[in-house]
Amino acid sequence: MSETAAVPAEKKAGVPTLELRGITMRFGGVVAINDLNLTINEGEIFALIGPNGAGKTTVFNVVTGVYQPTEGQVVFQDSRIDGKKRFQVTKRGVARTFQNVRLFHNMSAMENVLVGADAHHRTGLAGAALGLPWHRREERDGRAKARELMEFVGIGHRMEETAKNLPYGDQRRLEIARALATDPKLLLLDEPAAGMNPTEKEELQGLIKRIRDTGRTVLLIEHDMSLIMGISDRIAVLDFGQKIAEGLPAEIQNNQRVIEAYLGVPADAS
Amino acid sequence: MNDSTNTNPLTRMRGGYTSFSDSIHDRWATAPRWARWVVYLLLIVLAIALPADGIGSFMSPYTDWPTLLFFPIGGYILLAIGLNVVVGQAGMLDLGYVAFFAIGGYGMAVFGTKYGWSFWEILVVGVLLSALSGILLGAPTLRLRGDYLAIVTLGFGEIVRKTANNWNYIGGPNGIGGIPHPPTLTEWTIPDNGLFDAIGIGGVQPFKYGALDGKPYYYLMLVLIILAIVFVKRLEASRVGRAWASIREDEDAAELMGVPTFKFKLAAFAIGAAIGGAGGVMYASQAVSIIPTNFPFILSATILAAVVLGGSGNLPGVILGAFLVAWIPERIRGLQEYRVLVFGAVLVILMIFRPEGLLPSRRRKAELAEGEGGMGSMGAEVGGPVTVGAGEGVE
Repeated sequence: MSETAAVPAEKKAGVPTLELRGITMRFGGVVAINDLNLTINEGEIFALIGPNGAGKTTVFNVVTGVYQPTEGQVVFQDSRIDGKKRFQVTKRGVARTFQNVRLFHNMSAMENVLVGADAHHRTGLAGAALGLPWHRREERDGRAKARELMEFVGIGHRMEETAKNLPYGDQRRLEIARALATDPKLLLLDEPAAGMNPTEKEELQGLIKRIRDTGRTVLLIEHDMSLIMGISDRIAVLDFGQKIAEGLPAEIQNNQRVIEAYLGVPADAS
Repeated sequence: MNDSTNTNPLTRMRGGYTSFSDSIHDRWATAPRWARWVVYLLLIVLAIALPADGIGSFMSPYTDWPTLLFFPIGGYILLAIGLNVVVGQAGMLDLGYVAFFAIGGYGMAVFGTKYGWSFWEILVVGVLLSALSGILLGAPTLRLRGDYLAIVTLGFGEIVRKTANNWNYIGGPNGIGGIPHPPTLTEWTIPDNGLFDAIGIGGVQPFKYGALDGKPYYYLMLVLIILAIVFVKRLEASRVGRAWASIREDEDAAELMGVPTFKFKLAAFAIGAAIGGAGGVMYASQAVSIIPTNFPFILSATILAAVVLGGSGNLPGVILGAFLVAWIPERIRGLQEYRVLVFGAVLVILMIFRPEGLLPSRRRKAELAEGEGGMGSMGAEVGGPVTVGAGEGVE
């Protein structure tokens, strides 16, 4: 992991974890994503940015199986995951958070994370009804894991609170803990810093790095440029469903098309 | 909002009752293990002593009390426990629950009269048959949500009743008669001495299932109810119960967190159906004859009313609700034709004072307060190009 910081990302012999190959997503006549190719390498923090409505969340929805792409393939660790059911995609190791926090609001923080941990549990009706030993073991392990993860994201003191009573920033962390509980190899964060104050953003930045350091790959959508420039290994920019730039943070910052997409083209120039 | 809390007497009464029931709830949650077992034991002793004449003369002056305790009271409680799995825990609205009760009942009738099987064999087969029919109904329809699912289940309930009405093999509108009682296990009689007499069960033969005494049937029902409670409670506290709760709260998010939602919804349906079927087998074995009109839509509605009235999702509440819904109409039989009117008025008044149910689970109460999750809600949609805008407005 320490190499990552030293060697420029483009020269790193990256092993692709997630590949989007020629993804097009149409809703009726609207083209939300147009022929998108994207490769995310193992162990990197990859940021997807772009103006509102550029199709970033649609990319997440395609990757996690919420939408079936109209055209193209989604390849995760050498096997196709487009067409797979959503919970199967999660079991393979892709987990996400949501742009608008979507916790199970009336369950406790602990229960929320346990639902994530249950993704790999095998207890069925009989096991649970009879209280069989492996069920008890899974419950115990699940709780230990949930506690550990809530400590990891920094909400260890609020485990038994009802999710909706947590402060907003903590709800976002809880969502990350819930996603981590499914043991993802690839974690998708949809605007994790939205609504956070500067201190919280700084902590979040540290958290995302620590997640990467545990051997996971992070793909994030974010609008906060200082956060993105601070932690991303590589960045791709979407505008109107098309990739208009991809590269290192420094390259993106000075890219003319990116600046135009964000600020608009001057009227006399067009 | 807060002002009206202080001024409106109705709201104040609601508040008073809520804090009372919450304090009991909290005390129970923190009670040590032994204290809970003491309470369980007391409840079982109470349930055993319940058919005593002394209690019956007050509770049921018009009808034979032990028979009443078996059905409708016991039967409704069992059905409500089953329906609560579907409605209260998994959050799916089922308006045709009576279908599974009917399938259990007809299973008992057909296998008992045409094949000569014994009650115990049929109980197992009837439960499996009902569970299977729940899966058959659920497999194609559980992709539907909320109101749409409710309509399909409503139709299923009617289909089952109409089929029974038009199928000569099972007697058509005349139904099936001569259904055997459960075989007598033992003629053993509870000794007629001090202690047992004191709780009013001296001289009862609890395992002899005849035509006259309702008590043995009631005890059998009691055993089934206790088994159902233990079964459902264990599921609730496990991965299965968590999956149901997450589906109820946000089905799409649950699926994305690795919950195979379809499988768990189907399981909830099958379990609800199995419990309903067990109730049907029990009912038919005591009733001797059954006809299609024993299984009307209004029974589905009544059981649903019991679940909602008691507090959807919370077992003690659901049991209390079923008890009241079964018992009140019998207790006021003396009012004759005004009976249904008064019963309806009582239900309306109870729901005015306790819109969230008599003993709601805290979680369900919160869900109802914010109007999300559970019955009738369509479930939120995953944020995408179309729905993101709406979602952002809410945040």
